Amino acid sequence: MPTNFFKTRNWYRFSRNPLSITGAVIVIVVVFLAVFAPYVTPYPDHSGAALDFANMNNPPDSKNFFGTDGMGRDVFTRVIYGYRVSLLLGIVVLSLAVPIGVGLGLIAGYYGGRVEIVLMRITDVFLAIPALVLAMAIMGFLEPTLINAMLAVSVMWWPWTTRLVYNLTRSIKTEDYVVASKVVGASDSHIILFEILPNCLPTILTKMTLDMGFVILVAASLSFLGLGVQPPTPDLASMVADGSQYLPDQWWLSVFPGIAILIVVLGFNLLGDGLRDMLDVEM
Amino acid sequence: MPLTKYFFNRIWASIFVLFGVSVLIFLIARAIPGDPARMALGPRASTEMVEQLRERLHLNDSIPVQYYHFLRGVTEGDLGMSLYTKRPVVQDLAEYFPATFELVFFAGLIMVIVGIPLGILSARHQDRLTDNVARIIALLGVVTPTFVWAIFFMLIFAYVFDILPVMGRLGETVEPPPHITGMYVFDSILAGQWHTCKDALLHMIMPAAALALSGLGQAARLTRTNMLESFGRPYTEMARAYNFTEVQTSMKYALRPAMIPTLTILGLDFAVMLGNAFLVEEVFAWGGLAQYCVSAIFYKDLNGIVGTVLVISMFFLLVNMVIDLVVAYLNPRIRLG
Amino acid sequence: MPSPLLQMRGLHLKFDLFEGRSHVLNGVDLSIKKGERVAIVGESGCGKSTAIRAILGLLRGRNVHLSGSILFGGNELIDNKSRKLWGDIRGRRISMIFQDPTAALNPVFTVKDQMTNVIIRGGKVRSRKAALNIARDALKRVAIADPDRILNTYPFQLSGGLAQRVMITMALINRPELVLADEPGSALDVTVQEQTLHLMSDLTQEDGAAVLIITHNLGVVREFAQRVYVMYAGSIVEEAGVEELFNNPAHPYTRALIDAVPKLTGGDLPKTIEGVVPDYTNPPTGCRFHTRCSFAQDACREDQHMTDLGHGHRVACVLHNNINRLSVK
Repeated sequence: MPTNFFKTRNWYRFSRNPLSITGAVIVIVVVFLAVFAPYVTPYPDHSGAALDFANMNNPPDSKNFFGTDGMGRDVFTRVIYGYRVSLLLGIVVLSLAVPIGVGLGLIAGYYGGRVEIVLMRITDVFLAIPALVLAMAIMGFLEPTLINAMLAVSVMWWPWTTRLVYNLTRSIKTEDYVVASKVVGASDSHIILFEILPNCLPTILTKMTLDMGFVILVAASLSFLGLGVQPPTPDLASMVADGSQYLPDQWWLSVFPGIAILIVVLGFNLLGDGLRDMLDVEM
Repeated sequence: MPLTKYFFNRIWASIFVLFGVSVLIFLIARAIPGDPARMALGPRASTEMVEQLRERLHLNDSIPVQYYHFLRGVTEGDLGMSLYTKRPVVQDLAEYFPATFELVFFAGLIMVIVGIPLGILSARHQDRLTDNVARIIALLGVVTPTFVWAIFFMLIFAYVFDILPVMGRLGETVEPPPHITGMYVFDSILAGQWHTCKDALLHMIMPAAALALSGLGQAARLTRTNMLESFGRPYTEMARAYNFTEVQTSMKYALRPAMIPTLTILGLDFAVMLGNAFLVEEVFAWGGLAQYCVSAIFYKDLNGIVGTVLVISMFFLLVNMVIDLVVAYLNPRIRLG
Repeated sequence: MPSPLLQMRGLHLKFDLFEGRSHVLNGVDLSIKKGERVAIVGESGCGKSTAIRAILGLLRGRNVHLSGSILFGGNELIDNKSRKLWGDIRGRRISMIFQDPTAALNPVFTVKDQMTNVIIRGGKVRSRKAALNIARDALKRVAIADPDRILNTYPFQLSGGLAQRVMITMALINRPELVLADEPGSALDVTVQEQTLHLMSDLTQEDGAAVLIITHNLGVVREFAQRVYVMYAGSIVEEAGVEELFNNPAHPYTRALIDAVPKLTGGDLPKTIEGVVPDYTNPPTGCRFHTRCSFAQDACREDQHMTDLGHGHRVACVLHNNINRLSVK
């Protein structure tokens, strides 16, 4: 049925809140900038290990909106390229962690019994170690690279999704339509995939949007400690960490990348909150 | 009595989780490729020396046997030697943990005494200016990386206005108080050294505030959500129908039921604050567990890393047990079974 | 003629919703005399609950628009901002019995805490000890033999029936002149509901309190009320004494309600009312029932006014007294 989305109740709920719109706009702009970074940045070659002695440590001006760093590279360009890294990391982590988390959550919630006890206790164990500390520890045993950072963050991310989907599944399981399809002899896998999962999707979607911001936040924290992406890859948190050594004189080196992280996390958060209101999910 | 039983259940569950944490971190430490003995001794050590150390660290045994030795050590309070400080890890942890605890304690305090009232205020003025301002503060708290707050604060209050000390736990000219708990603020109070106490508190303001902001935002958001939920319930309508004052209705009849889910979730989110403490310590050169752990990581000091993770998890579980007790006090269903 | 205890005139209530402005109450007129037992009857979603919440000023929020007049003891309650007046009215002169006692009692405070606070709020005593004595006596009055045990429990430890009795006690403890009862006991099982009604009936008659009960159950009306208002989609469509209403229902909606009640004497199956309560954002013009009415005619699209049929029997229908002459069977 081809209905116009912009005339639906969902859209009304979403658009009524200016904050949700702000979030959507931020996310769209950030994604656009990241994707078209080579075309929208003034100095694309500054994204790597470039060196420009003539323009070292320039404060922000009309040529370099965010100033230049100790190697004469344009901070604005590097911030935009930093978004590429952040978004890529967020997407990879979620595509690793969410399927695992959802799968385990469905199984634990649906089958119950011993499966549930084992899976949920394991989840508890993961949740008892602060995400950042666990990721740090994992990075401690691995080489600090982008791939390893993604792995480390994924390892600590799935339990949150598992817990959420587990709770959802447990409540959906007792709904009449699930009980009814059981009575008529539907297989477990059919019930899980076609009755329960579709009803979890709005919540999972909302959670993923919110998590996109939080994954970026945690990964940034990891990088800030020097346990993530290594130079010369442009990474927002590393830029903040490196720049903080030159406070207060070259404040722009850490302040702009810091604000850039804030903005992207804010965007996903507002968008996620908007989706939560729109899809009417409780989390 | 149900409460005792409830509490014992919580303790058992926590011990079990802690055991799981030890298995997990042990497995991660052992599953990673590379020879810990070789890493410890460096590339120039002889093969015999490496072999000797392997033998002493039980590295030639099977993983379960290794874990057995590890666990026996833990129960005896022995977490092995730190390759970074060349001292027993337990001794290191005892030295560094109080600084982290003190920081987290003050941040937690700020989070609760600012975050929860902010959430109540928000809920009571839903969709009005006060609510919107409070929500923006809470949101900024949640979405801004803790290290960014730390750097902003440092820039503004230490460099631009120069009203707070830049970093560290005490000024360079100030002698640390006698070691009692290892926490400068409390030790200086116990020793009656008010000048030191004032200096320690001044050093505490920025790190604690920066660390508190994320949790504060979360606390405010949770409180708001649950207060609004509580406001929509018949018992709140009934309190209004009996014309209890707005303050009594919201601060007593609506707040208490709302605090039950809020505190439970805040307990879980406390893990985030513990993690963020590591960032704040880095920025302000706090000299707590973070500094130790980060150094341990760069030195591939397995024992140091494992020890830090265990202590942090234990701390997390203890705080959650305290919260469980508070929740049990608030919720008669738990208290009375 | 003495002025009524409560007089509602032309009460309109509108909510702003996504669908537009929802016109929930469409000019409700209603009055209650001292000590009178009055019922409002109608299907779920016809605005009964909202109407009685308006009396206590419990409809809050910026999307609520209330107009008209509610006079109680000579005071206008609509848009009343006086804390003193509300303090005098809520819980003292007017109290309310909620539909689900287990949800309306606060889950985390003891019965003692909640009751003594209500008593102290009532202003007759100041000390908690005196309030506790009053609470004890009041609970004995509702046939609770060991009030101290009940006082020390939390609502979740009480059965639905006990919780209901506690709530009735609280509602009556400050000797109100008017008790508003929102489908009392309908969240509980039928026998408990029956007990609730009897209890409420006995106690309010002893105290001489007027009662406004709202219900969708005609059995409750017949048993409990002296006078009835039939409400449909935010308007009063008929008012009459109980006997008169059951013997000579004048409005097709009232007839339909009565026909929908299963009879113990057997015979025909009860007739259901076709259709549902209309969409309040876009209600039918004129008589809001005409879309479901089997006697509907063009004139029904015009606004209807109450026609006096004598003996306090009034109806808002084009057919008014003609209805009995039409072939209904």
